[in-house]
Amino acid sequence: MSTDARSGGLSRRRFFGLAGAGTAGVIAAGATGGVIGRATADEQAPSPSAAADDAVPFTGEHQAGIVTPAQDRLHFVAFDVITDDRAELVEVLQAWTAAARRMTAGSDAGEVGAVGGGPYDVPDDTGEALGLPASGLTLTVGFGPTLFTTADGVDRFGLAARRPAPLAPLPAFPGDAIDEAISGGDLCVQACANDPQVAVHAIRNLVRLGAGVVSVRWSQLGFGRTSSTSSAQATPRNLFGFKDGTDNLKAEAPKALDQFVWVADGDPGADWLAGGSYVVTRKIRMRIEPWDTSTLAEQEATIGRTKKAGAPLGQQAEFDPVDFTTQVDGDFAIPQTSHVFLAHPTNSGTAILRRGYSFVDGSDGLGRLAAGLFFIAYQRDPDTGFTQVQRNLRLDAMNEYVQHTSSAVFACPPGVRGDDDWWGRALFS
Amino acid sequence: MSDPARSRIALLTLTGLTAVTLAACGGDDGASEGSGGATDDIAVAAADDSCEVATTELDAGVHQFTVTNSGSKVTEFYVYADGDRVMAEVENIAPGVARELRVELPAGEYETACKPGMVGDGIRSDLVVSGEAATLSEDETLAQAGVDYQRYVQSQTGALLEQTTAFTDAVKAGDIEGAKALFPVSRTYWERIEPVAEIFGDLDPIIDGREGDQAEGEDFTGFHRIEKALWEAGDVSDMGPYADKLKADVEEIVALANDVTLDPLQLANGAKALLDEIATGKITGEEDRYSHTDLWDFSANLEGSEAAVQALRPYLEENDPDLVAEIDERFAATEAELEQYRSGDGWTSYDQLTDEQLRGLSDSITALTESVSQVASVVAGK
Repeated sequence: MSTDARSGGLSRRRFFGLAGAGTAGVIAAGATGGVIGRATADEQAPSPSAAADDAVPFTGEHQAGIVTPAQDRLHFVAFDVITDDRAELVEVLQAWTAAARRMTAGSDAGEVGAVGGGPYDVPDDTGEALGLPASGLTLTVGFGPTLFTTADGVDRFGLAARRPAPLAPLPAFPGDAIDEAISGGDLCVQACANDPQVAVHAIRNLVRLGAGVVSVRWSQLGFGRTSSTSSAQATPRNLFGFKDGTDNLKAEAPKALDQFVWVADGDPGADWLAGGSYVVTRKIRMRIEPWDTSTLAEQEATIGRTKKAGAPLGQQAEFDPVDFTTQVDGDFAIPQTSHVFLAHPTNSGTAILRRGYSFVDGSDGLGRLAAGLFFIAYQRDPDTGFTQVQRNLRLDAMNEYVQHTSSAVFACPPGVRGDDDWWGRALFS
Repeated sequence: MSDPARSRIALLTLTGLTAVTLAACGGDDGASEGSGGATDDIAVAAADDSCEVATTELDAGVHQFTVTNSGSKVTEFYVYADGDRVMAEVENIAPGVARELRVELPAGEYETACKPGMVGDGIRSDLVVSGEAATLSEDETLAQAGVDYQRYVQSQTGALLEQTTAFTDAVKAGDIEGAKALFPVSRTYWERIEPVAEIFGDLDPIIDGREGDQAEGEDFTGFHRIEKALWEAGDVSDMGPYADKLKADVEEIVALANDVTLDPLQLANGAKALLDEIATGKITGEEDRYSHTDLWDFSANLEGSEAAVQALRPYLEENDPDLVAEIDERFAATEAELEQYRSGDGWTSYDQLTDEQLRGLSDSITALTESVSQVASVVAGK
């Protein structure tokens, strides 16, 4: 998708965990916003976005679903591979690719379809997407560290030597409360679409195709209004009520993407991963009730932006430059413990492409909203991407209001080329 | 326009009903009467570690086996066709007891098996039956499936009645420990043939309904009512009427079930329905919520599903050998998964299983169900 001419940009959704990440690279703390402003500026004019119902091309240099303008809805699933038979796994990856081709084009998962067979046939499509358009569906596959070597060191598929060093479980961070049952996985598929039923349908059918070979380890639904390709459009708000994604890596900034998102020739694992990326997912529970009862001033000081406009504190408008030197009444306008201060490329020294979604899993046993942000970020190397940013957030004022409850990392291969290609061909060949 | 699949099935049902059923059953229901024809009596000496069948070669036709158990464990005797399709079986042969089994065997290669302790694959021997091999048309092959499965059902109903009687007797005698031991055993025979039981819609919920599933004003009766008294209250002093009713209801359903011949689609759907039972009731521990003997039911459902598929095996092998191979592989995988939880002559209690173990069982059932669900389409002839 990324190379497609329609690609006009990507989400402005900003995850507060990484607020304001731009593409500036390593910049000394205290640098003025001007540098950031230049680095994050569009390198080309945004093109009109596709209609929400349209199909997104499945094949391309990169997988769709990374710099594709973020759709409204998410169904993300991680699998354990439950066979030791490499051929069986390859068969599933090929079957998945074929089904993904069809579904992203708005067709049924199988050749027969939901109603195309005889009355005693079991339909090879589950049918809930009948009559629905493609809805911008993208399906993005990734391979977890345990696909290459299990936690107890077993090389089930002869892939151990192919694992790039950056593909390793993330380190523990202060304040983590990681639930292993919803973390990790041998494989992942990210389904994004503008209709939740289309995203769920896609995952459901892939799960069916994998019966006996893969088993769902965990999955997550997400929602959140699409941010469009134009900076004139409003940035969506997260469940804290703040605009999220004001500064993000953008499809219109290919140089920044090459620097921070895409694995390049010469990088570890480039023989099969060049043109791909690493995805990090973190389920971040928001402590909604304490947040809701905090004052506006406290909320803004925590984030480092104004709630209404999303402007950096000390500035007027959302896209005014983030300037850490501005002082108000002798104090820095953007507190040094604010999320923006710590996560901004100026201070984290790196940039990642964020693509997260809000979630509400009903309520917990105490009647509190079980809600937060399902954080997704793509980067060229998790160590110099998410991990570097997250390490810088140890003293983040926002930590009082969030808790990370899951963690996963996957290597997403480059895009499928042509009709005979399939997910993971270069890895398994 | 007539639907060829449907008309074939209608034909089959008729054919099936006129076919002669020859298997003797476990228990005392004497279902083999009138079948006649056996002129020999092949001795089978069953012990705890041996199974001596007097001959390894037979002519095609009706034969009688007499199985004598000289071992210390309760045993079973089976005659299997290819793929462990049960041609005949006799269950629950107590130590010191001799039981007869009559079976019609067309030319072909078979295996006999004794199962001391009623577990595992058993002690096997080859049995070659020669003579004119019957060549069956597709329709006849399908019709035979119904007959084969009916024979299986009849082999189970005898044991069901026997074990349910022992169970209800123990309940009425106030023998809590004895009743607890018999509860999962009697249910095994029930759970194996549940697709048949479900045809008699009224009886199934009365015998096997769970608490809270009754319509307003209906009493909670059957296995699970007594299960609750045994495990939760630890007191069966007021269970006498429920025990009597359960026994009477089982007697009624056994009489009905013995006369039923399922058509091939019912068989195909029944095989899948049994796997669905596992997925919805046993994997979740809902079925035997007081006793946690769910894995007994799991195993029985799995065996019953396999029996229904095996009845269709000759037809399936003709028409979709790849599917048969996949189904075989996945039944074996599921059995291997389940086998890890065997405990003595029974199974690990459901509440001892970890989430990870349950997931392993669930994964194998999910895969198996995907394969078995394809059988209906093959049987319907597309």
